[in-house]
Amino acid sequence: MIEYFWLALVPPLAGFLFNGLAGKRLPARIVSGAGCAAIGASFLFLLAVFAEFIRLPASEQQIVHRLFTWIQAGTFTAECSFLLDPLSMIMLLVITGVGFLIHVYSTAYMKGESGLYRYFAYLNLFIFMMSLLVMAGNYLLLFVGWEGVGLCSYLLIGYYIERRSAGDAAKKAFVVNRVGDACFLLGVFLIFKTFGTLEFGSLFETVSRTHPQPEGGFTVLAAITLLLFLGATGKSAQIPLQVWLPDAMEGPTPVSALIHAATMVTAGVYLVVRSAALYSRAPDVLLLVAVVGVLTALLAALTALVQRDIKKVLAYSTISQLGYMFMALGVGAFSTGIFHLFTHAFFKALLFLGAGSVLLRLHHELDLFRMGGLKNSLRVTCWTMWVGTAALAGIVPLSGFFSKDEILWRALDSPLGHPVFWVAGLVVAGLTAFYMCRLMFLAFYGSPAHGHGESGSEAGTAVTAPLTLLAGAAAVAGLIGLPAYLGDHRLDRFLEPVFRYSYDHGVSASHASHSLELLAAGAALAISLLGGALAYRLYARDRSLPRRLADRFPAIHGTLQRQFRIDEAYSLFVVGGLKALSRRVLWRVVDVGVVDGAVNGTASLFRRWSGVAARMQSGNTRTYAAWIVTGAALVFLYLLSVIG
Amino acid sequence: MDLNYAALLPEILLAVAGILLMLAIPVLPSRQQVRLGYAASLALAAALVTALLQWGDHGPAFFGMVSMDALGGAARILFLVSSAAVALISVSYLKRERLRHGEYFPLLLMATVGMSLMAVSADLIMTFLGLEILSISSYVLAGYRRGDPRSNESALKYFLLGAFSTAFMLYGIALLYGAAGSTKYAGIAEAATQGQAETATFLLGLGLLLVGFGFKAALAPLHVWTPDVYQGAPVPITAHLAVGSKAAVLITLLRLLHQVFPASADQWQTLLWIASAATMIIGNVAALTQTDVKRLLAYSSIAHAGYILLGVIANSPRGAQGVLFYLAAYSLMTLGAFAVVQVFARREERFTKLEDFRGIGYRHPLLSVSLTIFLLSLIGIPPTAGFYGKLFLFSAAVEADLVALVILAVLASAVGLYYYLQLIVLMFMKEAASPPEPVPVPLAARIVILLMAAGTLYLGVYPAQVLSIAGEAAGL
Repeated sequence: MIEYFWLALVPPLAGFLFNGLAGKRLPARIVSGAGCAAIGASFLFLLAVFAEFIRLPASEQQIVHRLFTWIQAGTFTAECSFLLDPLSMIMLLVITGVGFLIHVYSTAYMKGESGLYRYFAYLNLFIFMMSLLVMAGNYLLLFVGWEGVGLCSYLLIGYYIERRSAGDAAKKAFVVNRVGDACFLLGVFLIFKTFGTLEFGSLFETVSRTHPQPEGGFTVLAAITLLLFLGATGKSAQIPLQVWLPDAMEGPTPVSALIHAATMVTAGVYLVVRSAALYSRAPDVLLLVAVVGVLTALLAALTALVQRDIKKVLAYSTISQLGYMFMALGVGAFSTGIFHLFTHAFFKALLFLGAGSVLLRLHHELDLFRMGGLKNSLRVTCWTMWVGTAALAGIVPLSGFFSKDEILWRALDSPLGHPVFWVAGLVVAGLTAFYMCRLMFLAFYGSPAHGHGESGSEAGTAVTAPLTLLAGAAAVAGLIGLPAYLGDHRLDRFLEPVFRYSYDHGVSASHASHSLELLAAGAALAISLLGGALAYRLYARDRSLPRRLADRFPAIHGTLQRQFRIDEAYSLFVVGGLKALSRRVLWRVVDVGVVDGAVNGTASLFRRWSGVAARMQSGNTRTYAAWIVTGAALVFLYLLSVIG
Repeated sequence: MDLNYAALLPEILLAVAGILLMLAIPVLPSRQQVRLGYAASLALAAALVTALLQWGDHGPAFFGMVSMDALGGAARILFLVSSAAVALISVSYLKRERLRHGEYFPLLLMATVGMSLMAVSADLIMTFLGLEILSISSYVLAGYRRGDPRSNESALKYFLLGAFSTAFMLYGIALLYGAAGSTKYAGIAEAATQGQAETATFLLGLGLLLVGFGFKAALAPLHVWTPDVYQGAPVPITAHLAVGSKAAVLITLLRLLHQVFPASADQWQTLLWIASAATMIIGNVAALTQTDVKRLLAYSSIAHAGYILLGVIANSPRGAQGVLFYLAAYSLMTLGAFAVVQVFARREERFTKLEDFRGIGYRHPLLSVSLTIFLLSLIGIPPTAGFYGKLFLFSAAVEADLVALVILAVLASAVGLYYYLQLIVLMFMKEAASPPEPVPVPLAARIVILLMAAGTLYLGVYPAQVLSIAGEAAGL
């Protein structure tokens, strides 16, 4: 049955067609049931495939299925081919597994919303497109999925059509992503022009023959990988195309969990890992990937410190964690990036769903400072979110500890790494622990601030069951990648066949002693605990403490205040969304000139040009004739210059 | 070399049908005039069947004035499909606008004869005749809404400027005849290889010809007439101008440049490079601020002609293949978009502002979903025809080392995204401003919209078949 793995695409597509075509007239129960069943079926099928897959010897774990020859034009051939290898296997399991839980959760979260059939239809279509993306056997088919998930994301962000901001956020996300996509497509053209094929297998094989050694400088491989990476920064919200993700939180919370945390945004990471054979031969681009990753991780973590909106904290956290993954890729540790992608999918989906449960209880109150004391009424949400927080903060022995720690260790230990990366990563770890604990203390402890009282309860099994399962996964998922001093790194071995054509920089071979690695892990853990403790002191034990401290130590108070403002400046700089501040002249320059320049600025600039172009259109026939004469004159001038 | 009437059977069929329709006008009672539209559609269908049967025929006819080949055959089929779609959406349009059916359909058939002759022509005189048959019919059709001053303006501008540019073209033909001693394609091509290509007469003749074609194909800066004419003409005629007429001019240009003037490739490639860049930039940028859908689509069609030029400039069979595939995709999505606009505009074309589309998404799912498909295809998003159209064009251009122009094209189409998307957002993500007013969708228009949407998706999912036909026509 393993050769039929591509049939996993069928149930989501069928679910999409069913709900899209007939859903409008059907009761909500059938619509949501069909939506969940489609993804559940796909997941179970893939589990069966996986059971067979792991029994294959490593050399055979590379199954290509050609469905049909898609396009044949002279030398240009594109197959509709699917590839099942360890990388796509693990991605597919995450997509459908986490996707299924989120579908189930959605049945409760979206209860009573109008247009439920649209929601489930889009969600199923998303799973289809995402599966297509990771299953594609060539860059062209991958691009189809890539565009498809962008489209679904766009449709789902704008789900609440009555909210103007939702429509704007959707548009922003789409436009920013298209900038990245254009680069991606140019990269694909360049691959075809250079190597004459887009099929992964033959392409990577060719590359390993023609470019046996990595080469610095601006080679054609550097150009290709750079273009692909720019595409990846769009999808994965990295600098400089990160501006859309926080706004994307306008969509329903389960959508944020599935698309904007667990799956779609990791497509950029997947793309780079899939192209490891190319990236490993372009060391300069790898360095750029690492630098972008580190900077993004740092900036986003700083921004997350001061967000008042619970979903925005998680959104910045996602950007920051994606930065971690790119840092791992940048130092050549491709499988480590996938490891973190894997664990992150669980705990970040869990945290978003937990936040959704809080929002359900508080009637969609997003402001952390108007929450509090929820730990009694939302017991399950509270403890599962603590598991997620601890995993994200990297507390031993939860999953995030292993994956994050491996990234930090590789950043220090890899021949492509650098101590600066490691130090920056440590700082991010501390910040992460701080902002997550801050979120937890503000939401679940202290006195109920919003008059919601102590009563009320969880929204039901459809909410608590996915939370519990995800918490379980977030706790133990790290065991597939134990560090060298503890035992066997199963994920590394599993992923080995994927990188057979990559240049081996000797990243996974440890260069230092186990004791040094242990020491580094201890340092990271200590910093995380420190961050958590600080949050506890400031936001849990006594919420007036920050204020009393401020009164007694005006200097510290001032520093904190300034700190706050720096962060606002960051969020302004990074998001460009704080329209209120843009009224101040200084910020207007930064905001319009630098950030929104990517979107609105360009648009307004084009509008101005557009006026010029449209002014050619006077409506006067004589003027038009004059234009024609001008055109003719230009043609003559040129030809005369050729003849003369 | 002999007469061989059979080669021009589709054109003869259409011309005879057109004359018969004209004769029928005074005989038929006014209530029955609607049937003329269906009769014209039938004539087009018959011509299409004939053209399909003739697919694969080769060789000269009419004493070398026309020549049958795969390119001409494929182009003919494209024009007939386009005109049939225009005829079908015209029937209900004329009825709704209370316009006379009488002269409309004979004119449309004649315009199609003109396009079709251009496709198979092998002589500049024949090409010119075809172009004039097409143009004169189109001038009249553009002014068919006689009660509407905008339509009158449209027709008059189109006529004056068209006549002006025709003079350029005719002069160019005269100069080429002077240089080459022949108006036959083969004769000119031969003269070019024997040293004539370097002479001033020859080059200026080519330049004047390019100006004439540049006007008809609306290449910048000769595009200035397009928005006014497209906006004022009746919607189905706008569709005819933007699709059939434009495709006829571009395919003729492609044939001339690739088959007759390869010796002067350096010169025309430079000129078209600039024209293509200017056309893409002006078309896309000017479209940003449009508030009228017809005008928006006019600028969009300008921009798409700019993309198509990439394949012409590539000067390779792959480029020609890209052009033909793109024209097929472009025809489907543009005809579909205009069909939706035609239906949505309602009586007297009152609803063609962008604002009028606000919030119609869930109220008129057929119109809004199909329009979304057409717009996504115009943007170039898979799985729609427009994506592969751009892909093949751009990759052919990259192969021909036109990298800078391709980068420009990708950027320009990224700008295009903004205004197409604006319309989608308006339809689905904004509240309607006014209480709903029913939008009747006549059966014929519904069929056209659905067929075009299906075609757009078909080319987007399985482009191989049409691509191989385009490849055959391009001589691959």
